[in-house]
Amino acid sequence: MSTEAQIVSNEIQDTAGEAPAAAPETKSMTIIVTKGSLDWAYPPFILATTAAAMGVPVTMFFTFYGLPLLLKELDLKLTAAGNPAMKMPMMGMHMGLPNILTAIPGVDAACSKMMKNLMAKKGVASLEDLRELAIDAEVRMIACQMTMDLFEYTLDDMIEGPELGGAATYIECATQSDINLFI
Amino acid sequence: MSEHLLDAKGLNCPLPILKARKALKDVPSGEVLEILATDPGSVADFQAFCRQTGNELVEHSENDSVYRFLIKHTAA
Repeated sequence: MSTEAQIVSNEIQDTAGEAPAAAPETKSMTIIVTKGSLDWAYPPFILATTAAAMGVPVTMFFTFYGLPLLLKELDLKLTAAGNPAMKMPMMGMHMGLPNILTAIPGVDAACSKMMKNLMAKKGVASLEDLRELAIDAEVRMIACQMTMDLFEYTLDDMIEGPELGGAATYIECATQSDINLFI
Repeated sequence: MSEHLLDAKGLNCPLPILKARKALKDVPSGEVLEILATDPGSVADFQAFCRQTGNELVEHSENDSVYRFLIKHTAA
């Protein structure tokens, strides 16, 4: 038997020996959240809240620029710089923004404001609301300890609820999970 | 008109699903929750939600761009 096949075989035996932690149809999910701009903040929170609503236990691991999404006060912004796909509906068409214009002070802030207005108009939840719903739904949140050190944050800066952990904490959780996403 | 009504008109993904989940908690087992929504994506989403959670989608229909779902609270 090849080494690889042996490992797979051992895993099957290990699994067979364990009592299932929950009902067999219960799937769980983890999401690594690495980005904190207004547009990138949405997918992890939409998926986490929806999965929780569908009975899927969710763990979110906040690292690097995803970590500030746990700050008490959110002031999310986005930039069109380097993003040719960002075209906003304006004056009956879809308009993008050349990179050079995004360097002008105030342009990113104006774009962020426009996006938030558009979201409110279209009935899209605010990120603050989605985060609140995730907490209500008992989504487990882990703040990356290394990123906390790196960017000099403490748990006092964060909302109530997140626990501290590192890569091993995440990996342990991921090995027991059916769906693992990196966003 | 059902006894339990959730008006999710004007709300976009994933709010209709999240609010439905919350509303279902207050619906006794065996009773039906009526949901009104305008999000066209909610048609596929409520079907998936019901398949996943084990609640029964009794009926869904569309009238004048308003989608109506009847979900029987059958899951634990």
